[in-house]
Amino acid sequence: MVTSTAHRLAVLRPNRWARLGALLLLAYVVYATAQMDVSWERVAAGLHNAAHFLTRLLPPTFSRWELLSNGLLESLEIAVLASTLGIVLSLPLGFIAARNLMPGWASWPARLVIVSARSFHPVIVAIVFVKAVGFGALAGILALTVASIGFIGKLFAEAIEEISLKQVEAVRATGASFMGIVAIAVLPQVFARFIGFCTYQLDSNLRNSTMVGIVGAGGIGGTLFAAFQRFDYDYVCAILISIIALIMIGEMVATYVRAIFIDGMTFAEMFHRRLSALGTRPERRFDDE
Amino acid sequence: MSAAGTVLSVRHLCKSYRAGQPVLTDINLEVMIRSITAVIGPSGTGKSTLIRCINRLVEPTSGSIMFEGTDLIRLRRRELREARRRVGMVFQEYNLVERLTVMENLLSGRLGYVSAWKAWRRSFPREDIERAFELLNIVGLEGFADARADSLSGGQRQRVGIARAVMQQPSLLLADEPTSSLDPKTSVEIMQLLTDIARDRGIPVIINMHDVGLARRFADRIIGMAGGCVVFDAVPGLLADDALKKIYGGEDWMH
Repeated sequence: MVTSTAHRLAVLRPNRWARLGALLLLAYVVYATAQMDVSWERVAAGLHNAAHFLTRLLPPTFSRWELLSNGLLESLEIAVLASTLGIVLSLPLGFIAARNLMPGWASWPARLVIVSARSFHPVIVAIVFVKAVGFGALAGILALTVASIGFIGKLFAEAIEEISLKQVEAVRATGASFMGIVAIAVLPQVFARFIGFCTYQLDSNLRNSTMVGIVGAGGIGGTLFAAFQRFDYDYVCAILISIIALIMIGEMVATYVRAIFIDGMTFAEMFHRRLSALGTRPERRFDDE
Repeated sequence: MSAAGTVLSVRHLCKSYRAGQPVLTDINLEVMIRSITAVIGPSGTGKSTLIRCINRLVEPTSGSIMFEGTDLIRLRRRELREARRRVGMVFQEYNLVERLTVMENLLSGRLGYVSAWKAWRRSFPREDIERAFELLNIVGLEGFADARADSLSGGQRQRVGIARAVMQQPSLLLADEPTSSLDPKTSVEIMQLLTDIARDRGIPVIINMHDVGLARRFADRIIGMAGGCVVFDAVPGLLADDALKKIYGGEDWMH
């Protein structure tokens, strides 16, 4: 086939639709900014207010620590229970939703449940559950369970859809039953990713559990909101610091769980690695792996 | 109707993935006990389909496949699974469960006999475990029981693949291009291992392959396929240039 020079150059020319799209996006950003009525006066006033607010945040006061710790413990309870319940429910649901293993009549309803669980923000779901079961932690647990099903269910189904079917074929050829294939050829392929999703969701539930309290679904969020409304900014600061500490602890736990399940490390090995990592720069750690 | 010593008898086997476009047309072949049969032919001629029809990883369209007194084509679910236990299979890309250990992969060959729950808890019968360790020695991987499958080289993986198939204690071994992903030296070693194990245990083998030289060297019978039909079926000594021309077409490639 003969191609003209113009034709050859056209191969390298950027896509005009992509350019048009980028231009439209830029135009919308300019338009939306104009709509926001942002002016230098507002920014200046805002900065002044922020400085005032920041001075009132400090120093934090932990005088009402009992209320604080009760709220935090309730948040932790909401996060752990919602994660556990969510994981237990989304395991079979995500499995049924995987289109490569299940027939359409089974996977579509499961996908529908997962999609509807994902379609609303946890706070909106929490408002619904507060109306249904009343104020308190139960509403928060149910709301975050729904969020967990939406997240883990979807990712778990996708992970199963991406497995290597060659490994499945080989196990099928041995005369294994369907459940045997699942246990030996499917789950090992998705197990590590599943642990990853679960720890990520626990992390996310921990953060959300400090927020659902704002709509009355239990946890530290209610206390935080009340403190804000009473202008108890020093107490707000104490609550924020505690939340940050809780999230950091949660993240550490998640890292350890991943190290144990995914890398197959024991506590002793992890402790050893921590120790040996203390004195070295982070990039050095890649050398010995 | 089959003679004594016949393990597998394929009659009038046809397969089309799409109506009107047959991949296999009227395949007839008998496999005798203790035989090593190589199936050669160009890519896309239905060798893989043929081998997968035998253990019904691919559903045949019509015909019959007599194996140990039953027609595999008529079997349903449970009976089919029970028949599959008697047919071991080795794959081109090994198809090991990558994240499991070598030992777990070997024991997965016993999944037809062990419940899913027991397999999940890794509680396999003691004699299975002992046989797995013996086989590991035979295929030359002693000391690799705890290694994860994805840490092995291609040749080592295929050794595990062979051991897994033999763990089934099959009456028939199918191998789908077992050496096509391996270097020439390893290919010879793998073919040697596969045929040695099969001869020691009296298991007949059907091997799809691309390498005519290896087929001549290790098989005692060669089946040539072209366009979904068997066009050659004889001992390797009779595989002359005209037969190869009939199988692969053209002749420039031979010189």
